[in-house]
Amino acid sequence: MNAPEAVKPQTAPQPGPPLWLLAELTYRCPLHCVFCYNPVDFAHTPDELSTADWLRVLREARAAGSVQCGFSGGEPLLRDDLEVLVAEAHRLGFYTNLLTSGVGLTDSRAKALKDAGLDHIQLSFQDSTKELNDFLSHTRTFDLKQKVAATIKDHGWPMVMNCVIHRLNIDYIDRIIDMAVELGAEYLELANSQYYSWAMLNRDQLLPSREQIERAERVTNERRQRYGERIRIFFVVPDYHENRPKKCMNGWGNVFLTVTPDGTALPCHTARMLPGLAFPNVRERDVRSIWYDSEGFNRYRGDGWMKDPCRSCPEKEKDLGGCRCQAFMLTGDPAAADPVCDKSPSHHKVVEAVARAERGEAAVVERPLVFRGPEESRRRKAGLLLPDA
Amino acid sequence: MNETATIGVDATPRVSKRFRLQWEEAQQAWVLLYPEGMVRLNQSAGEILRRCDGVRSVGEVVADLEQAFATTGLEADVIAFLELARKQQWIDL
Repeated sequence: MNAPEAVKPQTAPQPGPPLWLLAELTYRCPLHCVFCYNPVDFAHTPDELSTADWLRVLREARAAGSVQCGFSGGEPLLRDDLEVLVAEAHRLGFYTNLLTSGVGLTDSRAKALKDAGLDHIQLSFQDSTKELNDFLSHTRTFDLKQKVAATIKDHGWPMVMNCVIHRLNIDYIDRIIDMAVELGAEYLELANSQYYSWAMLNRDQLLPSREQIERAERVTNERRQRYGERIRIFFVVPDYHENRPKKCMNGWGNVFLTVTPDGTALPCHTARMLPGLAFPNVRERDVRSIWYDSEGFNRYRGDGWMKDPCRSCPEKEKDLGGCRCQAFMLTGDPAAADPVCDKSPSHHKVVEAVARAERGEAAVVERPLVFRGPEESRRRKAGLLLPDA
Repeated sequence: MNETATIGVDATPRVSKRFRLQWEEAQQAWVLLYPEGMVRLNQSAGEILRRCDGVRSVGEVVADLEQAFATTGLEADVIAFLELARKQQWIDL
């Protein structure tokens, strides 16, 4: 008998099912994270989908083969129909994940979510930098996380903690790991910030130096040794410091389907920024037709859309040219090679950003961090999202 | 049972609580689901794991498989797979 095989992503234009459905229920959020990947113009988003709309999306996606369902946002606990949606997802056979800051996860809501069949909670550290000192001093944040962590454990959920890492907190990674262990997390994701949306606005202030990253990896390995089986720690390196791009979303329209609060269906959280591409809306089309037949999902599938240097690159199947959003943000052309790649003619833009981080220039530039919030968002339109790249 | 010992025919494996085993019509495959992830099992792995209910012994699982697929001599393959499954923490013994 053969060993089982893990999911193999396909690169052919005829994709498999949308295995991962990310339901972004709302852009509303009590936090103001400077690295948030929600669009910076989120406050211009029209009405949120209704409960009935979401129930239909869940049924259609499940029928099309989706099996993992993430309820995300914004803060999904701000939707008071969350329990109804989780219950339906569970009934349909989804594995249900809640991605939350924990704000609003009271005992009674936790119980209701458990009864609805929620399988897993990913708890993020609400390190919004405004609260950095508080966060690092284990005071208010720690109290909240401790309470929420206890609630998660009491209900028998596996506990996955997630912390976005950046220049301002990366030197405290030992404390972050210790905190996760103290709270009883089984898994910890230390995810270096990726530079989209709010994080892109703040890129120069958030991008760590190479030295910081190397130290953080060293400290993480030491902590892995110390804690052994007690906790599994994932350290996601930032792609700006690499020479080859990431295989973004495991391939465009290959596994992931994101539905935004207003019903727009996207191949990734940030794809709406791409010009000249209309994305379908679940209010108008069903999920199967969106996944297989829409221009938005077909445009960058496979490798037929590529230009050189990607088109003739022997590694093109490995990374599929990297990230379309990053290519657009840094070159203005969404079909260009991701400039993280050192074969990209625009690679110098990434190198220069990293060099600024090495010199620590952002630390002395008097440019305030932009905190995510509705007022800031209303001042911004989609066309004004790019920093000086 | 010792963690490193070979799995015997009397062991009664069950799918770990960390995972959920289910049939996926769209993939025509058994899958193991866990927080934000999935392992797609090939037919052999799926047929073995769906029989690991914590009640049936490895010997009974082998006999059942041999009957279901009209074959013999599966024991070594089944045990080899279960060793792998234990290493991946897919099963508890």
